Amino acid sequence: MLAKRIIPCLDVRDGRVVKGVQFRNHEDVGDILELAMRYRDEGADELVFYDITASVDDRTVSPEWISLISSEIDIPFCVAGGINSVAAAGARLSAGADKISVNSPALARPELIDDLVGAFGTQCIVIGIDSFQDDDVYRVKSHTGDPDKMRETGREMLDWAREVIERGAGEIVLNCMNQDGVRKGYDIPQLKALRTQCTVPLIASGGAGEVSHFKDVFEQAGVDGALAASVFHKSIIAIPDLKQSLKNSGIEIKL
Amino acid sequence: MDLVIIDTGCANLSSVKFAFERLGVVPVISDDFGVIRRAGSLVLPGVGAAPYAMDNIKAKNLGSIIKTAKQPLLGICLGMQLLFETLEEGGKIIKGLGLIPGHVGPLDTRDLPSPHMGWNQLHPLSDFALMNGVDSGDYAYFVHSYGAPLSEFTVAACHYGNPFTAVVRKDNVMGCQFHPERSSKVGAQILKNFLDLSA
Repeated sequence: MLAKRIIPCLDVRDGRVVKGVQFRNHEDVGDILELAMRYRDEGADELVFYDITASVDDRTVSPEWISLISSEIDIPFCVAGGINSVAAAGARLSAGADKISVNSPALARPELIDDLVGAFGTQCIVIGIDSFQDDDVYRVKSHTGDPDKMRETGREMLDWAREVIERGAGEIVLNCMNQDGVRKGYDIPQLKALRTQCTVPLIASGGAGEVSHFKDVFEQAGVDGALAASVFHKSIIAIPDLKQSLKNSGIEIKL
Repeated sequence: MDLVIIDTGCANLSSVKFAFERLGVVPVISDDFGVIRRAGSLVLPGVGAAPYAMDNIKAKNLGSIIKTAKQPLLGICLGMQLLFETLEEGGKIIKGLGLIPGHVGPLDTRDLPSPHMGWNQLHPLSDFALMNGVDSGDYAYFVHSYGAPLSEFTVAACHYGNPFTAVVRKDNVMGCQFHPERSSKVGAQILKNFLDLSA
């Protein structure tokens, strides 16, 4: 059986891992390699490194630290942030990233997804979607790394998800912004709404605060993986305990 | 004797190289005929689209040297798929290296999401030293949309919607559909076993 994935997300700013609340007020939580090694040792299934400043400042993540991570880590990892061309994606994949995740640049130029899939294959192209619930509409936002530069896209989440799958994306990470960093649980209704039409792997992001939230999102929303940051960085939840608890609940988990 | 990672010009070579380095072996990455011929063992990695990878192998004239290799040869992911006779991708059939009988087609995942992405369990079906120390139910990291059905050459199976070949072997030629370089301790054990085959 395919195991459900537990995925610590490391938001990277200026070479350090940081974490904000609802994308604001970032605090330093540690060194990239140190945290990556810790999560590897604790049994994380995969890691995501998200350069949250990249799209905003028009910079790109550095292939040097990707190479450093790749040489030390024997689990898969995905790199996100500011990847806006086939060349930029290629540099990261060559440095050792297993997947690349694209968010704002795909919204600015959706054909980028086709180009990336054509060059590297569906299996390593992840699309990140930042979605904000406004009344009963899920709206896609871009450039969420900096609250002052955040933009409305005029797109609805379910439509955008359908389009990125049609263009060949191999996985979707849905970040539910209303839930992000507040640790009240994943947005089950929104994730369920996407799950019913999502034919590629779906990763839940935003809202993890306790073990039961992971159990709920796997059992109720049927996602393939659950991503979290602060609960792991602050040792509120220990990954080995989380995985044992999920396994005891009958969820397919690799211990 | 050198371990040579065959440089097909399209794959993510560095993570495979790093994985062997963690085992204390420094591989040579090369597309040079002489280097490949003199190698103690060969790795054929692969990420991306099959037609593109086969075109690269043809453009570099690497086909015949891979086909006539006598050393232990390990294909990884797409590199394993290229070992078969034919591959289907995007509705087209292309010729593979033909070292192992069989066809690689789209995975029938039934109602499960595709690509098959994540940690899934290995089920050894026959004894082969590559799988020493790997138990039935151990997890490896997979990421693929195409696969080979079970055959007499299947060493280990995996199941996702339907069973498919996770590890294959014919004579000196073997392959893993998963990524041993990203499969934690199980993957390291398999890569170590591969090195032992050529020792």
